[in-house]
Amino acid sequence: MADLLDLTVAEAAAKIAAGEISADEYGSAWRAAAATDDLNAYLWRAEHSESLEPDWNGDGESAPAGEGDATPYGSNAPAPAESGPLAGVPIAIKDIFTTQGIPTTAGSRILEGYRPPYTATAVRKLTAAGAHVLGKTNMDEFAMGSSNENSAYGPVLNPWDRGRVPGGSSGGSAAAVAGGLAPAALGTDTGGSIRQPAALCGIVGLKPTYGAISRFGMIAFASSLDQCGPFTRDVTDAALLLGVLQGKDPLDSTSVGIEGGIELPSREDLSGLKFGVPRELGESTLDAGVRTVFEATVAKIEELGGQIVEIGLPHAEHGISAYYVIAPAEASSNLARFDGVRYGLREAGDEDLIEMYERTRSEGFGAEVKRRIMLGTYALSSGYYDAYYGQAQKVRTRIAQDFDTAFADVDFVITPTSPSVAFELGAKTDDPLAMYMNDFFTVPMSLAGIPAISIPGGFAAAEGASKLPVGFQIAAPAFGEQKLLEAAHALENVLGVSRA
Amino acid sequence: MIDREQVLHVARLSRLRLDDAEVETMAGELSGILGHVDRIRSLDLEGVEPTSHVVQLENVLRADTPWESMPPQVALANAPEPFDGAFRVPSPQHDAD
Repeated sequence: MADLLDLTVAEAAAKIAAGEISADEYGSAWRAAAATDDLNAYLWRAEHSESLEPDWNGDGESAPAGEGDATPYGSNAPAPAESGPLAGVPIAIKDIFTTQGIPTTAGSRILEGYRPPYTATAVRKLTAAGAHVLGKTNMDEFAMGSSNENSAYGPVLNPWDRGRVPGGSSGGSAAAVAGGLAPAALGTDTGGSIRQPAALCGIVGLKPTYGAISRFGMIAFASSLDQCGPFTRDVTDAALLLGVLQGKDPLDSTSVGIEGGIELPSREDLSGLKFGVPRELGESTLDAGVRTVFEATVAKIEELGGQIVEIGLPHAEHGISAYYVIAPAEASSNLARFDGVRYGLREAGDEDLIEMYERTRSEGFGAEVKRRIMLGTYALSSGYYDAYYGQAQKVRTRIAQDFDTAFADVDFVITPTSPSVAFELGAKTDDPLAMYMNDFFTVPMSLAGIPAISIPGGFAAAEGASKLPVGFQIAAPAFGEQKLLEAAHALENVLGVSRA
Repeated sequence: MIDREQVLHVARLSRLRLDDAEVETMAGELSGILGHVDRIRSLDLEGVEPTSHVVQLENVLRADTPWESMPPQVALANAPEPFDGAFRVPSPQHDAD
């Protein structure tokens, strides 16, 4: 059993396809592993089913079979395909993706008991490639958070130290993969929600270019920033999943796909490649241990033949400010749909409609979601729109231009993923701004819409913990995923900390 | 910086009802966050084009072929109060009978 769980997704899929291991055996080994979850990583798990047969409204009613991708709600339940690049592989899904007949809460009380009538395109792509839904993972409510402490269903624990956070918002997905509860997981990243938890849990997390993967069925937080991506044990698996997930989707008009698709990376050196280190990193607030790992990783890049070049990202320091205007502004609009009318919680009474809205939303949303709705509504309100929202959009332009300028000289931009290692539960819950600062290195790429990957760079000690993972972030120009994955693959081979 | 009155005004716009303690906490937290965000207000960005979206979007049209829509019983399956093929809500008027 343990041997089966040691395989990467690519290894397992190859062995299943070759008939060396049985898909049933592999699937049940992972379901058994997932059942031992003591990290609160899962909100729902596939207990028995070989094929998912949801009885989604309890009456035997089901959405009619659709015409594949061409219908507004896709086809019936995500029954896994018999064959495909992921045949027989179970994958954990962040609870922000709709899954027909399977509870989908986005970590919120307001969606408790909700069973979506259709499945997200990203999940359908996985199941069409033969993957099974292993479970739905815990997350910060509506993906708002950097510690997973904003879930209505309790925090997720970091498998490296259960007194610490796994990062967020995709904390359940990261902890599931790092804790041996899933071979791979799907997450979403709006300002760092894949990369930061991947870093804090010591695994690989990839945020693709905005538009690479369909957002259909991904419950919206900030629509101009949200992008889905994989959590995996190594870079090869990230490439495998991205290859399956990417593509233009008629149900998401902002999806573009990646021209030429994605191949598994094979590069073993970095010669001829230039890596840009932002000069602003020198004065950034950074844990000493994180800085040490970053510098050691930079030295490894040089050993592999890569060239290190100093670049400037002068507007990146304003990324947090711009992000925490733009993302809440979009969220305040997106979350207007949770009003107690069509689905989810209703706190009704005999009052009037407005009172029903207010009571429902006040009971259904947690503190951080309320804070962001308020912040976004304020930034969009009369008299403040230009000063906050308009100005933030201009900063966004400047940040994207900074990257354009850098990429004229270098192939990649590298930074630490997170300024610190995993912090203790409760350490930042009373200080929203300190929590937001976790996203300092990840937000600029989100605002620019470019791809970035976090790979395990090494380990650092913290007070009360001798060994906590440190992430290393590599960013590339838009749709430069193949090159990014090749470089990350070459680097992870010499770092030797992936799958540790 | 953000006072009680402003919090209550924004809460009304947001369709949120906050109790006294929440109003107090929210005023402090929003002031702290906006205090940081205020740094971008002093940047000289005259003439810079705002970015609302990073992908160069073209208008997307689909073929004019009919789709089978979600049937009413499916659309209503999650409704807190389905009624006769519709979503029932409280009266939008204060004084309705």
